[in-house]
Amino acid sequence: MKWDMDFALEILPDILEAFLRYTLVITSLATLLAAVLGMVFAVIRYVRIPVLTQVTTGFVQFTRATPIPIQLFFVYYLLPDYGLTIGAVTTGVLVLGVHYACYFAEVYRGGIESIPPGQWEACTALSLPQQAVWRRVVLPQAVRKILPSLGNYVISMFKEVPFLVFISVPEMVTVARGIGGSNFRYVEPLTICGIIYLLSSYPASVAMRKLETRLEHA
Amino acid sequence: MEGFETFEVGPWSDLIWEGLWITVYATVLGTLLAIAVAFVLGLLELSRHVALRASARIVVEFFRGTSLVVQLFWIVFALPVITGYRIGEPEMNAVIALGLNFGAYGAEVVRGSINAVPQPQREACTALNLTAVHRFRRVILPQALPLMIPPAGNLVIQLIKSTPLMYLVSVVDLFTVGDEMRKAETGSIGLIYLGLGVVFFLLSMIVVGLAQLLENRAKRRLGQKPVSIVDTALGDASTSSTHAPGGAI
Repeated sequence: MKWDMDFALEILPDILEAFLRYTLVITSLATLLAAVLGMVFAVIRYVRIPVLTQVTTGFVQFTRATPIPIQLFFVYYLLPDYGLTIGAVTTGVLVLGVHYACYFAEVYRGGIESIPPGQWEACTALSLPQQAVWRRVVLPQAVRKILPSLGNYVISMFKEVPFLVFISVPEMVTVARGIGGSNFRYVEPLTICGIIYLLSSYPASVAMRKLETRLEHA
Repeated sequence: MEGFETFEVGPWSDLIWEGLWITVYATVLGTLLAIAVAFVLGLLELSRHVALRASARIVVEFFRGTSLVVQLFWIVFALPVITGYRIGEPEMNAVIALGLNFGAYGAEVVRGSINAVPQPQREACTALNLTAVHRFRRVILPQALPLMIPPAGNLVIQLIKSTPLMYLVSVVDLFTVGDEMRKAETGSIGLIYLGLGVVFFLLSMIVVGLAQLLENRAKRRLGQKPVSIVDTALGDASTSSTHAPGGAI
């Protein structure tokens, strides 16, 4: 069986469209959600509110250790029972966002804990206002530590968007599988998916490695 | 609460056990394959020959860069068309996809850990006139192993979390059994998925425990102190990898 170039060119626009309109958009939205929610989780764990902190810690641990497909089906099939019907795309963004927020929270925590105690003490000695402590001392140093890890998590989330095939979100791989099924030709659509993934994620991970070395020496 | 009322597990128990068996089976075989792939590719990446290094690098970047789902679909749907050969057991497709994908990630772990063994250790081997095999088996590997185990454990957990992909290629794993239970309308969707989550969580915890055990054994061989199991179970694995390599040898 040979590679059919005409067929490949014919289906390429559909696959690319699904990639741009769904895979990339879902990755961006879920990253945003993860960035914000992860911060909330990290703060809750940091300030140690009784009960809430323990519940959050438990939730973060549990979510990190359970597969995304289970979380997808849990949200997708359970919420309608409560009269809440949300679309497949929203479910996907929500689940990926919350899942990765649990990873982001750990990264934030690690970043803040990496600030040497001397820095905090110096801030107290200079009686810097609380806002300046965070904005001028802690965060600039923490961001340097966490940015590469966050970037790597975003790349892995990007590669896990095809998990949304479970709830038939029309992202790239779902579309490619559909094309394969209706034409009985899987080689071209799936290979195109692989190439698109490779072309987009490889430069991204190289960029992350560059960023990591640059920030280390900054 | 709606969606959470109890139901009869009894009629399903055989299927649940079979599903659990398939999930564990794919995890174990996938992990073994991944370890083999990781060592082969990781060591090739450290080779002195440019051609070997480059080809290992390409394979690693290929499997890391093209999503696992794409790889699984490709093996199941595209490979038989190209080669004319179909893999007999459907779960073996998943084992191969998992093994290659996580093996590529593991290769980086192997490479990084071996690189992290301090250079003077190698120089000492040269000074003692040890052979290359001897140097690797008795000096480099024993010091690299405790560094490899925590990130490798995390990868195995990721691998377990990816086993429900078997559902997409018609393998009846634990996740698929759970889905059958939902379709049978036992009216306990919340309970089914919460239960599934708990089982996967426990499987992950078993891996955490095993990784801890292996790490402590590897460290004891080096005369280093073991890490407490509570640290890694509650924090992330970074707490256990903060100990500097080296120590007594």
